[in-house]
Parts: sequence; structure tokens; C-alpha cells
Amino acid sequence: MRDRTLWTWHVGAGLVILVLLGLHMAIMHLDATLGLFGTGDVEPVDWESVVSRMQDLFFTVTYVLLLGAALYHGGYGLRNILLELNPGPGLRRAIDVGLSVGGLALFAFGTWAALAAPGAATAAGG
Amino acid sequence: METRGHPNRLGILGWIAGGRWGFERYLYALHRVTGLGLLAYFVLHIFVSSARVLGPESWQQAMDVVSGPLFRAGEYLVFAAFAFHALNGVRLAILELGFGVGRPIDPVYPYATSVGRQRPLALAVMVLAGIVALWGGLDFFVLQ
Repeated sequence: MRDRTLWTWHVGAGLVILVLLGLHMAIMHLDATLGLFGTGDVEPVDWESVVSRMQDLFFTVTYVLLLGAALYHGGYGLRNILLELNPGPGLRRAIDVGLSVGGLALFAFGTWAALAAPGAATAAGG
Repeated sequence: METRGHPNRLGILGWIAGGRWGFERYLYALHRVTGLGLLAYFVLHIFVSSARVLGPESWQQAMDVVSGPLFRAGEYLVFAAFAFHALNGVRLAILELGFGVGRPIDPVYPYATSVGRQRPLALAVMVLAGIVALWGGLDFFVLQ
């Protein structure tokens, strides 16, 4: 794929991350001032809060979207940094394959966790 | 990425020590440093947060491992890095789309650059990132 296309996806993924990670940061780390999604006195990382998010389809879908966008954006950014160091053709190929395989493996693992979480919450009595 | 004819002689050192660069060049270096830090944290975060699939005991064990003042400070650094990286990324996207750099002009002496035109945007974005980082600091360390 041409670098211009990859770069355009990189910028687009950045915009997706800006919205979804901004929301994630606001929920998880600005809870004392914003108190989003009504977690009340419960901390966002407490099991009750985690269960309520795991069982909400909105969070499952946005987690997977954020996972894919962040892995692509981060992987492509890392690739740019590494390729700027002028690796030879063999090493360049290894960087491309390594980042693609590593990114896809992390995406598969993270997606499995997001999709399996609602069932796990139900099994735990959530 | 085509680099033929323009070898990157300085390598990573060129991020900070290439010469008398302007403010935006250091934002570029910081953008990369924060990007790498966020990526490293994100990969760890995928594994730590997947403990929720194994139930409440595993989740609590994972949270106990990443608790304490050191992790709290590290988490705040991640928040501040996100604030900088996100807002500087918005600035870069704005510039890439051709906004905020002025109209193209003929290269007539004395040559004008777009640096002066884009500087206010860089300063505004850094002030905004500072406000978000302070807001986060208030939430992380004062109101908890």
C-alpha cells in the first residue's frame, strides 16, 4: 500500500483516538471533577463500575474501535521513526512484518477480551 | 519512506541536537517521545485490563499490582502525555490541511517563512495542553 494512503489512515485514526481516548480519559481519570456515567461514589476501576461498562454495548464497540485505531496509529508512527534511521531492505521488511503481525496479534487478543468480558461479568454474578 | 539522497546522519540525536531549531522542532521531538511512551503504556494496558475476563479476584489482583504512589504518578504522566500528544496532533493536522500557514507567495527577497504565522497556533495549543494537564493534576492528586 502506498505511503500516502497509510499516512491518511494514520491521521484518520488519530482523530478517532482523539474522541474515544478523550472520552476514556475523562471517564477514568477526570471522575472527581466530571463524574461521567454516574459511577457515583464508586471508583471507575472498582469491579462494580467495570461490570457496568463491560455489559454496555457502547463500551464494547468503542473499546474495539479504539484498540484498532490506537494500534494502527502507534504502529505506523513507530514504523516511521524506525524507517527514518535508514534500515536496509531486509531489516525494513522485518520491521513491516513484525509490526503488522504484532499489531494484529494484540488486536485479536484485545478484541477477544472485550467480547468475552460481558459473559465473564454475568458468570461472576455482575 | 523515501530517503535516497538525504541520509539521516544524526539519527535519533537529530530530534533534539540538530542545530538552532525553533519551538516547533522541539514540539516535534516531544510529540515522538510522548507517542512512544503512550504506545508502550497502551500495550501493557491491553494485558492488564484483560484481567477483567478472569473475574473479580483476578481484576483486583491486577489493580493491586498497578496501585501505589509510583504508579499513580506514572498514570498522571500518561495523562499529561496524552493531553500534549492529542492537542499537538490536532495542530499538525490543521497545518497539514494548509490552514494557519498563510497564503503561498513568490520566493522574493527578503524571503518570508510561514513559521511566524503558525507560531500563535503552537503557543495556543501548548497553553491548552497545559490547562488540561493542570486539570488532570487537580483530579489525580487533589480531589481524589
